[in-house]
Amino acid sequence: MKIVVCAKQVPDTTEVKLDPKTNTLIRDGVPSIINPDDKAGIEAALQLKEKCPGSTVTVVSMGPPQADVALREALAMGCDDAVLVSDRAFGGADTWATSSTIAAAIKKLDYDVIITGRQAIDGDTAQVGPQIAEHLGIPQVSYVEALNVEGEDTLIVQRQFEDRHQIIEVKTPCLITALAELATPRYMTVHGAFDAYREKEVSVWGLADLEDTVDQANIGLKGSPTRVKKSFTKQAKGAGTILKDLSADEAVASIVDKLQEKHII
Amino acid sequence: MERAKVNQGIDLSAYEDVWVLGEQREGKIQPVTIELMGEGRKLADQLKKKLAVVIPGYQIEQEAEKLLHYGADVVYYMSHPLLKSFSTDGYTSAFVQLIQEKKPEIVLVGATSIGRDIGPRIAARLGTGLTADCTKLEIDKEDGKILQTRPAFGGNLMATIVCPKNRPQMSTVRPGVMEKAIHQETVCGTLKTFIPDLSENDIRAKLIEIIKKEKKQVNLTDARIIVSGGRGLKSAEGFELIRQLADVLGAEVGSSRACVEAGWIDASHQVGQTGTTVRPDIYIACGISGAIQHLAGMNESKYIIAINKDPEAPIFGICDYGIVGDLNDVIPAMIAKLTQKEVSI
Ligand SMILES: Cc1cc2nc3c(=O)[nH]c(=O)nc-3n(C[C@H](O)[C@H](O)[C@H](O)COP(=O)(O)OP(=O)(O)OC[C@H]3O[C@@H](n4cnc5c(N)ncnc54)[C@H](O)[C@@H]3O)c2cc1C
Ligand SMILES: Cc1cc2nc3c(=O)[nH]c(=O)nc-3n(C[C@H](O)[C@H](O)[C@H](O)COP(=O)(O)OP(=O)(O)OC[C@H]3O[C@@H](n4cnc5c(N)ncnc54)[C@H](O)[C@@H]3O)c2cc1C
Repeated sequence: MKIVVCAKQVPDTTEVKLDPKTNTLIRDGVPSIINPDDKAGIEAALQLKEKCPGSTVTVVSMGPPQADVALREALAMGCDDAVLVSDRAFGGADTWATSSTIAAAIKKLDYDVIITGRQAIDGDTAQVGPQIAEHLGIPQVSYVEALNVEGEDTLIVQRQFEDRHQIIEVKTPCLITALAELATPRYMTVHGAFDAYREKEVSVWGLADLEDTVDQANIGLKGSPTRVKKSFTKQAKGAGTILKDLSADEAVASIVDKLQEKHII
Repeated sequence: MERAKVNQGIDLSAYEDVWVLGEQREGKIQPVTIELMGEGRKLADQLKKKLAVVIPGYQIEQEAEKLLHYGADVVYYMSHPLLKSFSTDGYTSAFVQLIQEKKPEIVLVGATSIGRDIGPRIAARLGTGLTADCTKLEIDKEDGKILQTRPAFGGNLMATIVCPKNRPQMSTVRPGVMEKAIHQETVCGTLKTFIPDLSENDIRAKLIEIIKKEKKQVNLTDARIIVSGGRGLKSAEGFELIRQLADVLGAEVGSSRACVEAGWIDASHQVGQTGTTVRPDIYIACGISGAIQHLAGMNESKYIIAINKDPEAPIFGICDYGIVGDLNDVIPAMIAKLTQKEVSI
C-alpha cells in the first residue's frame, strides 16, 4: 500500500504567550513541532505499513525551508520518503490554495491512502484534509479514531461524532483525517535519527516541479479566496473581584450575596 | 470533472440571500440549525435579503415544516432516500446542486463534526472561501460583505476574514455561539421540496454500523449554569463534589481536558478549544488553571467564578469573582450557603 501523510510544522501554541504591553503574540523562542494530529497520522501510517508488508510511507509538508526539521523527524520515526513543497509563490495561502498545492504535489506520487491530521493547532481550520480529497476527487472520512485494512483495497475506519461512532467502509484511493486518538506516536530512535540525516533525503519541490499538476490561479495569496482583513488579540475581560485570605465561608457568603444583589441567582 | 477556480471575476450581483445549511440526526433538527437561523435572520435583515434554510433528509417533511416557525422566508427540504443519514458524498453533492442553482450570497454551516466535514468540501467544489469556526459575523457597512471573526492559534489570536471575489461567502459557526431564533406560532415562509440527483454509486464511503455513545447525553451548550472541575480535583472521586454543587444549582458538569485525559470523566464534558464551546450565564471553574485552550471555550460566559488555591492562576485574570482557596473547603461552603438560602435559579 502506498501511504502519503501530510504533516504541518506548527508553533507549539501551548507555549505562545501574549506581550502584555503591545497585546501581540510573542512568537520568538516558541518551539516548532509537528502538528499533534499529524504525528498521530504518521504513527497510524507506520502501523499500517507494518500490517501490510511492502507498503511505503511518504510524508509531505508545505512550508518554508525550516520545515525540513519536521520532515527529518518523520523520517526518524520510520517514514520512507519525505517531500517538502516550498516556494515563495505558495506563500500566503488560505486553505483552498494550500490544499490545491498539496494536492498537486500528491498527484505526482503514487497513493492508495492519504492521511492528514484533523486540524492544525495554528490555523485551526480543519479544512485542508477534506479540500485535498476534493481536489483529488477521492472519498474522505474525517475524524478517524481507528483504522483497519481489509483485503487489498478496503479500509474499515471508525469515525467520531459528538454522540456516536460510525464504522465506515471505504475503498482506496481515499483520504482520512486523523484525530490524536488514532495512534500514540512512537519516539524516534537514535538509529532512526541518524538515518534521517545521513541516509535519507528530503526532496524539495518548488513551483517549477509542479507545473504540470498545479493551476497557477489556485496557489499562494493570489489564488486564495479568503483574506485576513485584520487580526488582533482578544482584550482580556480583566480580572474582577478576587477574594484572598478569607475563610471559605466568608468568601462564599460575599460572592453569593453579590450575585444575588445583581439578580444573577 | 471540471475543477473550480477562484478569483476569476465572477458576477457577484448574481448571488443573493442568506442561507443556513441545516442539520438533522435521525430525523431531528439539531439546535445549531436554529442558532444559525437566529444569526442568519439578522444578516439577511441588514442586507434586506431573504433567509433560507436547507434541510437534507428523507420522509421528514413534518420536521422540515417546523423550521417555518423560526423566521425563515424559505425552507428547502432536500429530500432523497440517500440523504436519510449523513454521508460526505451524498450531502456534498446535494448541497452543491442547490447552491449552484439558486446562488446564495452567504452560506452558514454548523461547525459540527458533520459541518466541518462537508463545509470545506462544498467550498472546494464551488471554488469559494470558507472561514472556520466563526464566533462573530457582521455585515461591512461600506461594501455589504460579510466580516467573519474567528479564533486561531489555540484562541490566542482573533482574525477577521473576508471573501471578496468569490461567492457564496461561507462560514462555519460553532454550536452554542449564536443566539437561537425565537419560535413563533405563526408560519411566515414557504416550504419548497428539492430532489437532488443522486445515485447509490455516488456514495463512496459506506456506513456499515453506528455505535451510540452509552453515556448520558451532556448538554453543555444549552446549560444556563456550568460547574467545571480541573486537575485540582485530584481524582475521579473529586467530581462527586462538583456534581453535588451542580445539583444544588441545577447546573451541568464541565471539565478541563486534563481530567478527561486522566480518565476521571467522559470527553463529552470537556470545555475548550478541542471540547465544547459554552457561554452560560454562570461558569464556575474549580481547580482549573485557565490554560488558553480552556479559556477559548468558556470566556464568553456571562459570569465567571473561579476557585483556585494558586493566586497566580491565569483563570483569575478573566473571572468576575475569584476565591483563592482550597476547593475542598470552598465548594462545601458554597453548597451549604446555597442550600441554606434555598436559592432557586
Ligand atoms: C489567523 C488566521 C486565520 C485563518 N483563517 C482561515 C480561514 O478561516 N479560512 C481559510 O481558508 N484559511 C484561513 N487561514 C489560512 C490557513 O491557516 C492556512 O491556509 C494554512 O496553511 C492551512 O490551514 P490550517 O492551518 O487551518 O490547517 P488545517 O486545515 O487545520 O490542517 C488540517 C491538516 O491538513 C494538513 N496540512 C495543513 N497544512 C499543511 C501544510 N502546510 N503542509 C502539510 N500538511 C498540511 C495537516 O495534516 C493538518 O493536520 C487563516 C490564517 C490565519 C493566520
Ligand atoms: C491542542 C491542544 C488542545 C487543548 N484543548 C483543550 C480543551 O479543549 N480544554 C481544556 O481544558 N484543555 C485543553 N488543552 C489542555 C490545556 O493546555 C491544559 O493542559 C488543561 O486545560 C489544564 O487543565 P487543568 O486546568 O485542569 O489542569 P492544571 O493546569 O494542572 O491546573 C490545575 C489547577 O488546580 C489548582 N489546584 C490544585 N489543587 C487545588 C485545590 N485543592 N483547590 C483549588 N485549586 C487547586 C492548581 O492551582 C492549578 O491551577 C489543550 C491542549 C492542547 C495542546
